[in-house]
Amino acid sequence: MSIREEILSIIEKNSRIGVHDLSVLMGEDEVLIANELKTLEDEGIICGYHTMIDWSKTDIEKVNALIEVKVTPQRGLGFDSIAERIYKYPEVTSVYLMSGGFDLMVILEGKTLQEVAGFVSNKLSTLDTVLSTATHFILKKYKDHGTILDRQYEDTREKVSP
Amino acid sequence: MRNPIGRKVVDIRPSGIRKFFDIVLETEGAISLGVGEPDFDTPWHIRDEGIYSLEKGRTFYTSNSGLKELRSEVSNYIKRTQNVTYDPLKEIFITVGGSEAIDLALRAMVDPGDEVLIPQPSYVSYEPCAILADAKPVIIELKEENQFRLTAQEILDNVTDRTKILVLPFPNNPTGAIMEKKDLEEIAKVIIEKDLYVISDEIYSELTYSGKHISIVSLPGMKERTILINGFSKAYAMTGWRLGYACGPEEIMAQMVKIHQFAIMCAPTTSQYAAVEALKNGDSDVEVMRSEYNRRRRYLLSEFERIGLTCFEPFGAFYVFPSIRKFNMSSDEFCTRLLKEEKLAVVPGTAFGDCGEGYIRISYAYSLDNLKAAMERLERFIQKLQ
Repeated sequence: MSIREEILSIIEKNSRIGVHDLSVLMGEDEVLIANELKTLEDEGIICGYHTMIDWSKTDIEKVNALIEVKVTPQRGLGFDSIAERIYKYPEVTSVYLMSGGFDLMVILEGKTLQEVAGFVSNKLSTLDTVLSTATHFILKKYKDHGTILDRQYEDTREKVSP
Repeated sequence: MRNPIGRKVVDIRPSGIRKFFDIVLETEGAISLGVGEPDFDTPWHIRDEGIYSLEKGRTFYTSNSGLKELRSEVSNYIKRTQNVTYDPLKEIFITVGGSEAIDLALRAMVDPGDEVLIPQPSYVSYEPCAILADAKPVIIELKEENQFRLTAQEILDNVTDRTKILVLPFPNNPTGAIMEKKDLEEIAKVIIEKDLYVISDEIYSELTYSGKHISIVSLPGMKERTILINGFSKAYAMTGWRLGYACGPEEIMAQMVKIHQFAIMCAPTTSQYAAVEALKNGDSDVEVMRSEYNRRRRYLLSEFERIGLTCFEPFGAFYVFPSIRKFNMSSDEFCTRLLKEEKLAVVPGTAFGDCGEGYIRISYAYSLDNLKAAMERLERFIQKLQ
């Protein structure tokens, strides 16, 4: 594994780790790692250091929805300009161009069902290039970003073994 | 009533680990760094193949030697890792873990009174298995100054006319020591010169952190006189599946299979189907686990340096074996006090042979968070002693 790949694979799981700890785990020089991190940020490969939160365990209401969107691509611009139109809304958390039965997958976060429904009917569906939408609400997250959310790890091994 | 117990068995010392295990169980809130098995789950695609084999009703015995497909995959694996060719039909068979293979190899090869060289510290079963096979175990005490590697001179110092077998346990549990090519070349010379056979237990072969593992069977003239033992427990995190294998000269394999067929019949069928998948598509899983172990290994060594615990740098398995000599107490006392006072369980070096005195075995088959919590306790304990 290259230094770059190893840094990325470690911080993808733990973005809070510091340069010193990274250098210990990887057996590499701290300066080298700090430089590589800087380069990765400059190149836009590291795009942010987010925290994974299971909001459902808090008393704060959040509603997530996946919206399948069919659009008419625009001459010379393809899907990019319509995607941009959509991703500029702050309530939109992700936009992907898809292969298959629809064009854009839009992931939305709102406070209530009404808020999400309102966004779809008032803002999204009224865009000229949008042909149709299909909204799916997320009922429960089992696993997100490689992390299983509804399971506590339990070490079931014998405590001491040869 | 007559004494129901045979003397040979009574005379075998109980495992030092067992005794410690009981104390750990009684200690509430203890963190343990005492296990000898991976903390990872068996990769899902491997488990899935096991489940699928059950769904398809593959619930019968396999042939005594194991599934032909699995033996072929083992043969391919050794070819691609060591560039050595074994005939899957005659020179490979599937066992219930590497442990069974160790037992069978000794039973198949020794006559009463034959001497078996056993380097220690090492895994707990070689010596009792040799005794049960009516052989005479001869212990070679490995030295930290050699990074716990076995040297040609140490073999020469212990060889007699009755010496027949050398057990070669590398990468080593509990020290984490490995043997590099030059080390193997030196001992191979002596092995050939003294006409010895080798039982090479390479169960930790995939967990080597300084380049690829080299098996002694890849050296000229050694395949003919080596029983190569390996398995799925450590590389693929499959300890509970109980599956290993032995490879070696046809005439020895035939005798080992004979005992296996009477004592065991065949290795678990479900496990064998899962293992085919492991060998076919498991390389990337091994790579991920190896990288993770390596990070933990580096972390522990850096922590030891920080808190003032001396330890040679081990490059294999998932153990570190620091010295506790400077604290002027026995390994047993150190471990018992560490458990009582800081609720941290590690294994005394003496569980792996008398020459493990002055050392403790720390396993890093634990998450980094777990290791961090454990190192805080170890640091507190050591500060108290100094």
